Amino acid sequence: MVQLSLPKNSEIKKGKYFKDKTGSKNLRKVNIYRWDPSTDEGPRIDTYEVDMDSCSSKVLDILNKIKNEIDSTITYRRSCAHGVCGSCAMNMGGKNGLACTTPHAEIEGDIDIYPLPHLKVKKDLIGDLDGLYKQYQSIEPWLKNNSTKDTTEIYQSKEDRAKLDGAYECIMCACCSTSCPSYWWNGDKYLGPAVLLQAYRWIIDSRDEERKARLKKVADELKLYRCHTILNCTNACPKGLNPAKAIAEIKKMLATANV
Amino acid sequence: MKAYNIIDHEYDVVVLGAGGSGLRAAVGLSESGLKTACISKVFPTRSHTSAAQGGISAALGNMGEDDWRWHMYDTVKGADWLGDQDSIEYLCKEAPKAVLELEKYGVPFSRTEEGKIYQRPFGGMTKNYGNGIVQRTCAAADRTGHAILHTLYGQALKHNTEFFIEYFALDLLMKDGECKGLIAWNLNDGTIHRFRAHTVIIATGGYGKVYYSATSAHTCTGDGNAMVLRAGLPLQDMEFVQFHPTGIYGHGTLISEGVRGEGGYLVNSKGERFMERYAPNAKDLASRDVVSRSMSIEINEGRGVGKDQDHVHLHLSHLDKSVIENRLPGITEAARLFANVDVTKDPIPVVPTVHYNMGGIPTNYKAEVLTMNGSEKTVPGLMAIGEAACVSVHGANRLGSNSLIDLVVFGRAAAKRAAELVKTGTPHEEIPETETQKCLDRFDKLRNAQGDNSTAELRLSMQKTMQSKCAVFRTEKNLKQGVDEIGKTYDGMDSISVKDKSLVFNTDLVETLEFDNLIRQAVATVDSAYHRKESRGAHAREDYPKRDDEKFMQHTLAWCDGKNTKISYRPVHQSTLTNEVQYFPPQERVY
Repeated sequence: MVQLSLPKNSEIKKGKYFKDKTGSKNLRKVNIYRWDPSTDEGPRIDTYEVDMDSCSSKVLDILNKIKNEIDSTITYRRSCAHGVCGSCAMNMGGKNGLACTTPHAEIEGDIDIYPLPHLKVKKDLIGDLDGLYKQYQSIEPWLKNNSTKDTTEIYQSKEDRAKLDGAYECIMCACCSTSCPSYWWNGDKYLGPAVLLQAYRWIIDSRDEERKARLKKVADELKLYRCHTILNCTNACPKGLNPAKAIAEIKKMLATANV
Repeated sequence: MKAYNIIDHEYDVVVLGAGGSGLRAAVGLSESGLKTACISKVFPTRSHTSAAQGGISAALGNMGEDDWRWHMYDTVKGADWLGDQDSIEYLCKEAPKAVLELEKYGVPFSRTEEGKIYQRPFGGMTKNYGNGIVQRTCAAADRTGHAILHTLYGQALKHNTEFFIEYFALDLLMKDGECKGLIAWNLNDGTIHRFRAHTVIIATGGYGKVYYSATSAHTCTGDGNAMVLRAGLPLQDMEFVQFHPTGIYGHGTLISEGVRGEGGYLVNSKGERFMERYAPNAKDLASRDVVSRSMSIEINEGRGVGKDQDHVHLHLSHLDKSVIENRLPGITEAARLFANVDVTKDPIPVVPTVHYNMGGIPTNYKAEVLTMNGSEKTVPGLMAIGEAACVSVHGANRLGSNSLIDLVVFGRAAAKRAAELVKTGTPHEEIPETETQKCLDRFDKLRNAQGDNSTAELRLSMQKTMQSKCAVFRTEKNLKQGVDEIGKTYDGMDSISVKDKSLVFNTDLVETLEFDNLIRQAVATVDSAYHRKESRGAHAREDYPKRDDEKFMQHTLAWCDGKNTKISYRPVHQSTLTNEVQYFPPQERVY
């Protein structure tokens, strides 16, 4: 089972069971983590029997179906529904991913849906990402270039632009960081794969004039070197990016350059 | 009613929404030293700007000669002469500056051999006033919106913009016809916040979710539009809903027009490139309304593909592998995930899908909100930008890649105008408590609603009605039925039910408030469509197939009091902003 940050002094109890009312022969059991901060009750797992004959292929379709037809109180984030906004990151069948791009057919047996691991939970499947967003801000994710010519762009060769591929596409869903044991244990100090990938994105942008300062800023025992190349991050990324490689590249730059 | 604890804030300017236009405005406002708050119901990078794929238009001329006047002509023609030409001039002239500024912010644009910003062909974008195709659409592969949104968020962080994230806005605070602020609900802890501001800038995006099949995100519910309606102000040109030609069949995911820009084309069940018949010159790169209508005709006449012959195919397997890999990686992934198609081998099944709202909150080119009171008047303290606004630069039909440029040009314009109008630190006027009370009464009533109709059922009924009665082709009969059915769904709200009564992340209540917003816009849309008895741009009436410039070269204004509407018209601005360009008089629109 996924490792969660539970509310103080609580354990997960068995919750309500929502029996199918459609008479469908094609049912799957969906177990969902529930916790509402406005009650005194601890967290529980509610189970829903869902008719798969009338359900589209992704986990988000199951959640929408439950919310629309069975229990409107279940709470999760969702927006674009096609893998670009990063809202619906959660843990499904023991793996982090986006609910809108994860096919439920890939999950065997009962479908277990939890919030992203190790985050403080705000309610049900909604994790608290405020810490990660602050870390993102700390790497100063904006171009630093003193060019004042406003009649033309800053030129960048195709080759230099290609270096940004695999880094700029990150949707900040946090699937990678919340799959990383180092981040679980030191998430307040270690920047984690999502933020380090973004740090890398600005370090290698040929237009940026503060490369050295950026490298220096992340060259820290805790911020960077808590990465122990476990590679869960790369496994977890729903966009097929490779944050572990980006972290390795940063370490390499620091090892080989005189920063 | 249980008393709600209200937390008060005072700002010079409040921006509502943190997508492309809201963030661009917030950056400009922070730069100008105004005390600015930016409120959003989602974390900024979750906004739907992230889904924009193909690019952002600007006559940079990186790929050959170009001129902002050509861009202006294309936009006027794309708009089927319903756009205000002063605003369109402003958009196209400011566009190159706005794109270069984005590049300086750090947007990772694709590049040409010389290292300049890469530009691709797009629908309706031509050279020399309709004579040949031009490459005007600046692209970051097929993830341009994502790249711009993340970059703008970075700029906002650089300027220390104050964000209020996961706050759901409820209503505007009005006093004597002026906007004085707004009220929002903090989903994180359930508190109610009253923001007083000298100017409120609405940047809440479109309302695609009134339809069943849309490329829009679940969050595209036009909350700002509905707040404007509830404040007794009109919405403009709501009948103009853009159907994007290439939404993935059965799922609605957008497949960028950039695919056709790079050489992809549409094919019917006979294997025919049918766009050659409808638009002999521009073919697959005609305006979106033209392509969507052509596809619908092919399907209606039995030449659709698939088991039910209800869609067509988009071919791109003939394209060079490197073009697909480098310029269309995002749609390659989308086709695999949502259509189970390998685009290097097979075509993508596509169907016209609701994509964009040309209509919205009427504004001038400075982003100031307009109303009609005898004549055109601005509403003090209120601005609107982005898809929520109807400037109107897109008129009856928007050209692809003109929306991203609209966001940044008018986001920037709004910040500039607010800086002219507002003196930082000016004391705030008292607002009568009745405004707050009215807003919280509605909130509390919905929160405690215990009727028999679920929000999801009512929403589905609205979406199905809009999809069948107010689609690509429209008739008097269909629209009348649409008006009646939407009215009934509206009445269904009297016995709506909300099961979750809590205040922290109560998404049951959020969806209900969003539905309350959507249904008002559905009313305005279908009624505006019913009253426009002509065909223009995206509004195609089978019973009135011709454009009627004499009667209808006018913007529709719709006021809604619940399900009751008042429809009126405002003349299209038939002059340019400066003498650097001449007014383009109406012509027949062929591609």
